[in-house]
Amino acid sequence: MSTIQETVAKTDAAAVDAPPKKSMALGRTTSLVMLVALLIVPLFVKNFVIFQLTMLLIYGIAVLALNILTGGSGQFSLGQSAFYAIGAYAAAILIEIGNVNYVLTLPIAGIICFAVGFLFGFPALRLSGVYLALATFALAVAMPQLLKLGVFEPWTGGVQGLVVTKPDAPFGLPISQDMWLYYFTLVVALVIYIASVNLLRSRSGRAMMAIRDNEIAASAMGVDISMYKTLAFGVSAGITGVAGALGAIAVQFVAPDSYTFQLAIALFLGMVVGGVGWLPGSLAGAAFIVFVPNIAEGISKGLSGAFFGVLLFLVIYLVPHGARQGAIYAETLLHKLRRS
Amino acid sequence: MSSRHQLRIAAISTALVALVATGGSAFAQKKYDSGATDTEIKVGNIMPYSGPASAYGIIGKTEAAYFQMINDNGGINGRKVNFITYDDAYSPPKAVEHTRKLVESDEVLVVFNPLGTPSNTAIQKYLNTKKVPQLFVATGAAKWNDPKHFPWTMGWQPNYQDEARIYAKYLLKEKPDAKVAVLYQNDDFGKDYVKGFKEGLGDKAKSMIVTEESYEISEPTIDSHIVKIKSTGADTLMDFTTPKFAAQTIKKAGELNWKPLHIVTNVSISVGAVMKPAGFEYGQGVLSAAYLKDGADSQWDNDPGMKKWSAFVDKYLPGSNKSDSGLVYGYGAAQTLQKVLEMCGDNLTRENVMKQAASLKDFQTDVALPGVKINTSATDFAPIQQVQMMRFKGEKWELFGDVISSEAKD
Repeated sequence: MSTIQETVAKTDAAAVDAPPKKSMALGRTTSLVMLVALLIVPLFVKNFVIFQLTMLLIYGIAVLALNILTGGSGQFSLGQSAFYAIGAYAAAILIEIGNVNYVLTLPIAGIICFAVGFLFGFPALRLSGVYLALATFALAVAMPQLLKLGVFEPWTGGVQGLVVTKPDAPFGLPISQDMWLYYFTLVVALVIYIASVNLLRSRSGRAMMAIRDNEIAASAMGVDISMYKTLAFGVSAGITGVAGALGAIAVQFVAPDSYTFQLAIALFLGMVVGGVGWLPGSLAGAAFIVFVPNIAEGISKGLSGAFFGVLLFLVIYLVPHGARQGAIYAETLLHKLRRS
Repeated sequence: MSSRHQLRIAAISTALVALVATGGSAFAQKKYDSGATDTEIKVGNIMPYSGPASAYGIIGKTEAAYFQMINDNGGINGRKVNFITYDDAYSPPKAVEHTRKLVESDEVLVVFNPLGTPSNTAIQKYLNTKKVPQLFVATGAAKWNDPKHFPWTMGWQPNYQDEARIYAKYLLKEKPDAKVAVLYQNDDFGKDYVKGFKEGLGDKAKSMIVTEESYEISEPTIDSHIVKIKSTGADTLMDFTTPKFAAQTIKKAGELNWKPLHIVTNVSISVGAVMKPAGFEYGQGVLSAAYLKDGADSQWDNDPGMKKWSAFVDKYLPGSNKSDSGLVYGYGAAQTLQKVLEMCGDNLTRENVMKQAASLKDFQTDVALPGVKINTSATDFAPIQQVQMMRFKGEKWELFGDVISSEAKD
């Protein structure tokens, strides 16, 4: 398998680059620095910035989920917004109508989305590449309208959406709701990140990557292709659902218009900018989709879309492999500095 | 810390308090919350400049231009208006993010005229908890007039339910034996109209309405619904639809040679987007209601208010299409805020802004139809509640009758 990976990386022929196993995660020092930064920064900024950072982590989780699917098993999806929406609505309905504790809604949302994603994975088996992307895109387009259906209205609130109550910090901790939610999200994000890195390093992860690199060779070696493909879909959808649930709690509101296909495109964009198949890049990708539109709007209101396009173009042109390329460049630079 | 130290702090703070209390009396009139100073008033806004509803973006641009004009003329009570507007792309999460930025980072005094029902629903709870005015929201849903539960939120335009009540009033007067067919869009927009219409008819709703037909916004055409409605023998059609479907309805009814008394919503009165595609010959006699003047209508050419509006558009928004109703809407809303801020005087606290906004008496903007006046009170957070009926004739709308108010309700 490793030989296949190397040849693919060398020839650069595959649409999805195969990262060497080691570079799936950051080095230990870099990880620790990142973690400390994520822990400390909220203590020094306004609540509004903490909220933005929370959204950054949430989108980071969603991008990571897509990364497992695309970077791990080589399947495309433009339908992640649908799973995100299901997770968000599951959490909102459980909290507001079912009076369930918000912490418990995360695993429930995850399980529901895992089931939906797993089931969607079966028809997806027959499709690959751009066709699969289009099929999932259909899911993303259909979702907002499904949420508006009168049948579900008693639960979903129809077009009006549902307002979600924001949780207070527990145990009488003297921190704001925003800060509590940030640290809560951070813990969830860390658990998901570590679990995902381990998943891709495990037997199942290797099987997924084998399918990504060469389906025929993988099946010849005894990998159950349909099983691992649908599993990848399920896991990805489940994690996206958890992100959606967190998003609903942080934004305190769910409505069909929040989860249009634009969200799916944004998540896809985040994955490409962060580096396909490189999990830590998810955070960089999320930063791109959260902050760059604001920067573009700051440059010009009327032409914000155009400036966003220019910035995106620059990123693709200068660092086609996303944040991973930047990280590798920085690492080599650091090594050089150390040697000299 | 020694007790002497504490004593000193106490003494100093007492002295300070005393100083502020006595020395401050000279300018006791001036009171500010964050967002207002001696020289500036910060006004925040959320607008979909991009995304599916970007056609409304012109409203935000008009408002920015209006405040530019105010500042060029010396500002409000000597204070410049700093109008900060962000693009939410009609996405509720983005609206929440930007609203929080406006309140916590830009520290605006009020959030003014944020557009869209979903976006406003998303930020309503937050702004009310923070006690920041969510003033003159740009949506026609009825729920913004709820001062008891949301004392920091206020609408501006006539809401859909009020408008529908006015149509009901008109029918009861002009055609009490009408056989009414109701066609509505199956969402909060359409349902608001149906609710208001039925309330307006009161007891007669059951006997007058012969059929109710709804369609989904996702349907490519609603022709089959029109055929069905016609077959019920109705002679009056309440057309609670958005522009695209209103045009289809007018056209199909015309093709079927069906000529009911046809009323369309104020949302669908655009000549360019509804009446023209439907065909002027089919649109003759269609009824609706308006509360703003039409920028492209020649009957207002000598109207002093519209002259001011026209001069403003020429100077601050050169090259704009004057038939775009967003230019009129933004002007009217911004002028209402100007009035409220003028009334606040030097007491620019958020509480006073809401208090003044809730005490508008017979205020008329330059762009409102003659007789359409803004009235609010502590229990009435629906500023515009009057409209005038109009009939389509030739290639434009002709106003008729008196300005009707829906205020007479329980």
